[in-house]
Amino acid sequence: MAVWNPTKECMSRDEMSELQGRRLHKIVDYVYHNTPFYRHKMQELGVEPDDITTIEDIVKLPFTTKKDLRDNYPFGLQAAPKTELVRVHASSGTTGNPTIVGYTRKDIGVWSEVAARCFTAFGVGRDDTFSVAYGYGMFTGGLGAHYGIENLGATVLPASTGNTEKHARLIHDLGITGIACTPSYALHLAETIEKIGLSKDDLNLRIGAFGAEPWTENMRREIEGRLGLKAYNIYGLSEIMGPGVSYECEMQHGSHINEDHFYPEIVNPDTLQPVGKDTVGELVFTTLTKEGMPLLRYRTRDLCTLMGGECGCGRTSVRMSRIIGRSDDMLIIRGINVFPSQIESVILSIPEFEPQYVIIADRQGNLDTLQIQVEVRPEFFTDDVRTIESFQMRLADKIRSVISISASVRVMFPGSIERSQGKGNHVIDKRKLI
Amino acid sequence: MTVHQLSIFVENRQGTLIKVLQLLKEANVQLIASTIADTVEYGIYRVICSEPERAFEILKAQGISVALSDVFAIELDDEVGRAADTLTLFSEEEISIAYMYSFLLNGKGILVFRTDNEEKTRKVIEEHQLKYIPEKDLSKY
Repeated sequence: MAVWNPTKECMSRDEMSELQGRRLHKIVDYVYHNTPFYRHKMQELGVEPDDITTIEDIVKLPFTTKKDLRDNYPFGLQAAPKTELVRVHASSGTTGNPTIVGYTRKDIGVWSEVAARCFTAFGVGRDDTFSVAYGYGMFTGGLGAHYGIENLGATVLPASTGNTEKHARLIHDLGITGIACTPSYALHLAETIEKIGLSKDDLNLRIGAFGAEPWTENMRREIEGRLGLKAYNIYGLSEIMGPGVSYECEMQHGSHINEDHFYPEIVNPDTLQPVGKDTVGELVFTTLTKEGMPLLRYRTRDLCTLMGGECGCGRTSVRMSRIIGRSDDMLIIRGINVFPSQIESVILSIPEFEPQYVIIADRQGNLDTLQIQVEVRPEFFTDDVRTIESFQMRLADKIRSVISISASVRVMFPGSIERSQGKGNHVIDKRKLI
Repeated sequence: MTVHQLSIFVENRQGTLIKVLQLLKEANVQLIASTIADTVEYGIYRVICSEPERAFEILKAQGISVALSDVFAIELDDEVGRAADTLTLFSEEEISIAYMYSFLLNGKGILVFRTDNEEKTRKVIEEHQLKYIPEKDLSKY
């Protein structure tokens, strides 16, 4: 299958290391002089830009965490002056503060380039009409996929999420050949297509680009079977860029990382020391070319392994395995990042409920569900079912406004939720994703 | 005109009802009538019993969610149509019944209910001289 940018995607390892080293030096010099946050961190470690000459020097650099982004909300980590930014995305974050990422015109160009590499690897060409059903808007999914597909010359239907029946009909009527969305939405769409009396044989779908939430081989097979397409993984995170950080090729043996722009490392999440090849650890990215908000050694909290060696597709880039977990307690529900601490703060703000709670993530049918189990404080109990239901509704409404997805609230018998000492195990994830 | 009723929160899970009943048994409280109103996830167990105040304190001390409320208890002859006739009186005054249950006591039908307007309900009971159960008649048990 075609390769969008063979010069970069099939570069020899030596050339790639050399390119990465050069770019790393440049980006470190850039953030040192434009981001006080990094200058201070580097000064604390006694590192100067000229100490960084090869890609191996990266271990001398400080890490960056989600907390750093939050503490420097909104624009503290932006390196480019405001006049250079052409776009800002805002992703969900803990305790109400979203993560703000500013992009310069060049950043948008790089993003379109790396996304075009992904869709080319999936076999998308100029004849294809692709429906993008990631959420458009502040979330990076919609526009990221959109620019990549447009860049390579295929046609985009910016479907976004919701309005699923109309979308299903258009997939048929327009002869849509590909779809980009979360894997759970793909299954929801498959159901809707069946519901309106169409089958996969009535459709021209042949390629699916799925990401933004963890998924399994079983889900891949189910999506492929029900939609009659070949399903590919696309990976990204808004802090680094958005969709397009890595992508599967036709070999479907790990996802190729666009490592000329995003340098990957795997570290032990406790010691932060690099781990050996094929060892599971936390994925860390350094943006090598970004202008708007360059990040050094950003801890993704995603756990996976890195694989080297030339791939059967001809690409030489490092591949990352499927994400097998998280090194924090974040849940990804319908593509949205949810931190238990967000839900906890809502529960604590409603006096009718006890502070104990259990969060249960599940997958019913094909959609992620979130249930919050709480206890009504005995002194607020009444003979009136409607009053208790109003407590539940108040909690559900507040949770939806904070995490932007809905959760059901279940009232439990007083004292039945385990009282744990310290940091309790409040989260049960019943989705079988591995 | 009204009697005390316990309203007890019970989760829809095996064992929760037994826990409540066991506590009442240990306290030597006699059940006279009871009913469960259920939602998908939980129920409210409503109980008419001997010594409701004491039972309330005992359950509360055990961490059970319980409320003590006043409900109307009307005595009816044990004959066909008496409930219909009685409820018509309330309906004519546009009083709505929130919930209702009934039981037999000494050969008489007892209608227990709560309405959306306590004041109007009292007036109807007085005007039509409906026979109500005094609380002390229940505590004999």
